[in-house]
Amino acid sequence: MIEFQNVAKTFLQGRSVVTALEGINLTIAENEMFGVVGESGSGKSTLLRLINHLEAPTSGTVLVGGEDLSTLPPRAQRARRRGIGMVFQQFNLLGNSTVLDNVSMPLRLQGRRGRDTAMQMLEFVHMAGHRDKHPSRLSGGEKQRVAIARALVTRPQILLADEPTSALDSGHTDEVMSVLRDVRAEFRTTIVLVSHELDVIKTSCDRAAVLEGGHLEALIDVTPPPPRERTGSYADRAREHLA
Amino acid sequence: MNDLLTRLGEYRGEIITSIVETGYMLGNSMLAAVLVGLPLGTLLYLSRPGGPFERRWLHTVLNTYVNVVRSVPFLLFVVALIPVTRWLVGTSFGTTAASVPLAFVAAALYARFSEQTLLEVPEQTVELARSLGAGPLQLVVRFLYSEARSGLVLSLTTVTISMVSYSTIMGVVGGGGVGDFAIRYGYQTYEYDLMYTTIVLMIVAVMLIQGAGTLLARILDKRGR
Repeated sequence: MIEFQNVAKTFLQGRSVVTALEGINLTIAENEMFGVVGESGSGKSTLLRLINHLEAPTSGTVLVGGEDLSTLPPRAQRARRRGIGMVFQQFNLLGNSTVLDNVSMPLRLQGRRGRDTAMQMLEFVHMAGHRDKHPSRLSGGEKQRVAIARALVTRPQILLADEPTSALDSGHTDEVMSVLRDVRAEFRTTIVLVSHELDVIKTSCDRAAVLEGGHLEALIDVTPPPPRERTGSYADRAREHLA
Repeated sequence: MNDLLTRLGEYRGEIITSIVETGYMLGNSMLAAVLVGLPLGTLLYLSRPGGPFERRWLHTVLNTYVNVVRSVPFLLFVVALIPVTRWLVGTSFGTTAASVPLAFVAAALYARFSEQTLLEVPEQTVELARSLGAGPLQLVVRFLYSEARSGLVLSLTTVTISMVSYSTIMGVVGGGGVGDFAIRYGYQTYEYDLMYTTIVLMIVAVMLIQGAGTLLARILDKRGR
């Protein structure tokens, strides 16, 4: 469970203080797929980064599994962070490492070998055949699937996704979102998904927080869209949308 | 032409000795660049304002040190460093003693170059390392060096080539080397063809070093940019 208790976050920009988040109260349940929407600059990425303590709250408390990470020494913070997976808009794969080395990296940081677990995760995201390639040879969707495999290789209970589909075209977006839904079903992972794309939130999330100017504007129970025939090719989808 | 070849033959011993001396000084410089310069450059990168492990005082100290070493005219630096050289290697004369000021300059140069190379690594790589709970040493070795490796090789190549140039004046402290040979046997005895031959040899050597560095960097770079 993730709990925000009256959380505020301000940044110093030059000499002026910028408020990124203010008065945030929020609870995210276990195994929930929780969306965070808002325009750019609304504070949604900051909210996500408070969960794994990449940012520390200026005031208020963020509890992850009942624990306040800001009270822990740096080494313990890093250990907790390893239990929370994260995927990024720009994938953040290491360009000089192979797909397999990228995925096994989190385990190697813990002094484990991790090849077998990494291969299992690559199979889960249907990328096992690409294990010896370097990321520059993959498409955007493939890169994000590798990044998801990397985030899952430590079997985290929480997965944070920061605009995971914003750099992708619609076909790859569907591909990545379907993998994320599989992750939740298979590993019972709690997923917090930040996106400005409302469609992405609507098709996958149970609830969504709407942020505006650093404030929590609304908390919405998402109604899933009526199931529709998803056809494969880009041309088909273009026809479906435009005709 | 034949005359030149004959004289080159006569000086064969001296030429070989001078090449070995230059190689020895270059080797020591590169060792200093990698073992001292790279850690210094990495600390400069990490401790900079807004860096991953911001320590302003440390950054100021290192930055000042690198700037000072790089800005003193090299010949004066060699002379000024003589007490330190004597303390470090027991003598201020000879090829080993000549390696000391070269090593200081190589380390300072590579510190600056490696800092700049690390600054080119995308911010997202640092963000990734943090999100994965990587410690400081892991961040440096597994993320920064891994992603910057081709740039680090290229800048080490540049430092090495600069050292070829710096090493030519080490005759002043009895360091010997190819440059010293060109001055003593070419310039000072009015055998200019010998001097120009040596210069051509050094140009070829520099081109070989650059070629090797560029090739290695290309092989190491898998980022496809």
